[in-house]
Amino acid sequence: MSFRDTVRDWLAENVPKTVENASAEERIATAKRFQAALHDAGLAGLTWPAEYGGQGRTAADQQVFDEEAAAYDLPTDVFMIGMGMCGPTIVDLGTHEQKARYVRPLLRGEEIWCQLFSEPGAGSDVASLQTRAVRDGETWVVNGQKVWTSGAQHADFGALLARTNPDVPKHKGITMFIVDMHAPGVTVRPLKDMTGQAPFNEVFFDNVRLPAGAVLGEVDAGWFAAVTMLGHERVSIGGSVRRRYDPLTYANLADLARRLGRARDPVVRTELAALYAAERALSLFNTRLRQEADAGSPPGARGSVAKLAGAELLWRAVRVAGLIAGVRAAAWDEGDPAAEELALAINATPASSIAGGTNQIQRGIIGERVLGLPKEPQVDRDVPFRELRVGTQAKA
Amino acid sequence: MELVLNSEQRQLRSAVRELLEDHAPSSRMREVMEGDEGWDRALWTRLAALGVAGLVIPEDRGGSGAGHTERSVVLEELGRALAPVPFLASAVLAVDTVLALADAELSAELLPQLATGELVAAVAVAGDDGTWGSSAQSITATRRNGVFALDGHASFVVSGDAAHLVLVYAGTPEGPGWFAVSGEATGLRTTRLRTLDPTRGLARLDFAGTPARAVAVADPAAVLEAVRDRAAVALAAEQLGGLDHVLETTVDYAKVRVQFGRPIGSYQAVKHACADLYSTAEQARSVVRHAAWTADHDPEALPVAAALAQVVLGPGYFDSAAAGVQLHGGVGYTWEHDAHLYYKRAKTSELLLGAPGEQRARLADRLAL
Repeated sequence: MSFRDTVRDWLAENVPKTVENASAEERIATAKRFQAALHDAGLAGLTWPAEYGGQGRTAADQQVFDEEAAAYDLPTDVFMIGMGMCGPTIVDLGTHEQKARYVRPLLRGEEIWCQLFSEPGAGSDVASLQTRAVRDGETWVVNGQKVWTSGAQHADFGALLARTNPDVPKHKGITMFIVDMHAPGVTVRPLKDMTGQAPFNEVFFDNVRLPAGAVLGEVDAGWFAAVTMLGHERVSIGGSVRRRYDPLTYANLADLARRLGRARDPVVRTELAALYAAERALSLFNTRLRQEADAGSPPGARGSVAKLAGAELLWRAVRVAGLIAGVRAAAWDEGDPAAEELALAINATPASSIAGGTNQIQRGIIGERVLGLPKEPQVDRDVPFRELRVGTQAKA
Repeated sequence: MELVLNSEQRQLRSAVRELLEDHAPSSRMREVMEGDEGWDRALWTRLAALGVAGLVIPEDRGGSGAGHTERSVVLEELGRALAPVPFLASAVLAVDTVLALADAELSAELLPQLATGELVAAVAVAGDDGTWGSSAQSITATRRNGVFALDGHASFVVSGDAAHLVLVYAGTPEGPGWFAVSGEATGLRTTRLRTLDPTRGLARLDFAGTPARAVAVADPAAVLEAVRDRAAVALAAEQLGGLDHVLETTVDYAKVRVQFGRPIGSYQAVKHACADLYSTAEQARSVVRHAAWTADHDPEALPVAAALAQVVLGPGYFDSAAAGVQLHGGVGYTWEHDAHLYYKRAKTSELLLGAPGEQRARLADRLAL
């Protein structure tokens, strides 16, 4: 039996049905059961090292899995930050103990992760973060605030960036830590986004104590760890498979056009064709990146192309959705779930070009790190962090 | 699906690129462009000697039996150099037409000569409005004493002025059919059209009782469609090569051109535009590789893949070439700089197989929208 058949059969047997109006706790319990079963079946962590609980397979196999899984809405979103970002960074930079401790439970869905990078004063300029970690004997004491932290309300662990040396330039005094989100002094407060939901949070650290083994990578080399993780994040976001019920896919918008009797309109037809082309071009690009990775050239900063193109694709889809539905996308009768879904998707689209690095930041990365264009003059590059005007820190 | 070139395909690319760097630098291309003939015979002979004209021709017909990916690799290089040779006309349109006609006698006679490049052929499929297949209205074939003669005219014939032989889609009382006409035939008048793109010749052909050889085929319109799909893939590869050239030269310029005390590529307005060029090129490359792979391995999916390639590459190349001129500023608008030649090639290519709206509608048809 081919790997594709194995995946197809297993998914057909094991994907749980979506339960309407399930509570967050119920959804997470379902997700954990599913992920554990997936791991038991040898289908979780396909490209991850076998030594730490992965399957040691190729990116091509992952692609096969993703293609088959695209027919379902898997309940595994809650694991995406762990699987797509934190986990791969632990594999890249972690000690043997860290890999042995964290990777398997992550792949089995036993532990949920979040990423603690952004702060109110450090968005695009993450390196200007102010959260402090101060050494106290063998341990570290953390104080500060993070923001826009997706999934922190469910997370067991977080990958935290904190300043460990304010007397050197901003990129040189940061350390990455693994934080137990249940530790005393960690407070998670939900933050409503523009859709009215609260998938992200503010996270406060009040004298949170971390053991020496919590350092991921080297002390004061957290910027390198951050760049590593952000690279994984872009690939993860850009290469992520679209959900089957995502109302902004070509297939679902073409269905919408047929349902509303708009599919023969010449403008709708050509715009839908252009949307198909953009969607297909991105998906073929992602396939090519994976084939190159299998052949030994990892995507590196080119993952930013996938993320940028993915955001542009969604914006195009929002325009096409409006063209098809007209004012029906703006107002609808009570009890029309399709209209609710479309409205939610329209309202959530700005996240695609902001979260994980704005489109502007992605273009900067492509320009500088892929094309080798010169950087902007950096006024803060060689100045000790404590002398910078960042966040709540007044300029010295 | 294979979207990454293998080592043999990369070697082919290097061989063609080196040949073009040696024998078709920009200075030579401009000499040809301003000359009377409009194409470079010596370069064509050198290219043909590499065997590139017969890449999709089976070995028993004198070709190398490689495939569309290999031909795409060659076309990328030709597009990158704006090489003034009748490759698209002869090694793509004519070869694909003969292959699709699948007439044993015609194949045996023409394919070996097309593979070596000794025979340069063109395909006449459009009338005055340029629509594919409209030559069946503008040319009529009549049988007199057992011999066919063509009357009427075709236009927008790619490299029609360079061809020793023209394959013509013409109307007969029984419906459209395919005919082979010698470039030397009596009653054939070839006139070069004035063109937006000075690096590729297009011609008008007038037929007045021109003797022609009929090629029997069950479904002449299906041949037309098959050729158009393969041409869409091939042209997309050529467009990709041009797009790559635009990207590389523009990024290089942004690194060295200094204004306000810094390289212009350090400014976000320029850097971000370069990033967009790169994003376009990388997606375009994926689409072209996929289309070529599909032509060889999944013919049923070719109609969608080919239309997709033109929807992406047509505007993708032209918008990039326009950005290339823009990012070069004043010097990019001069005759002396090559940026305008890519701009003109890109616009012509975007329209050659049907304008963007038509390409999108064609894709919509094939997606059963």
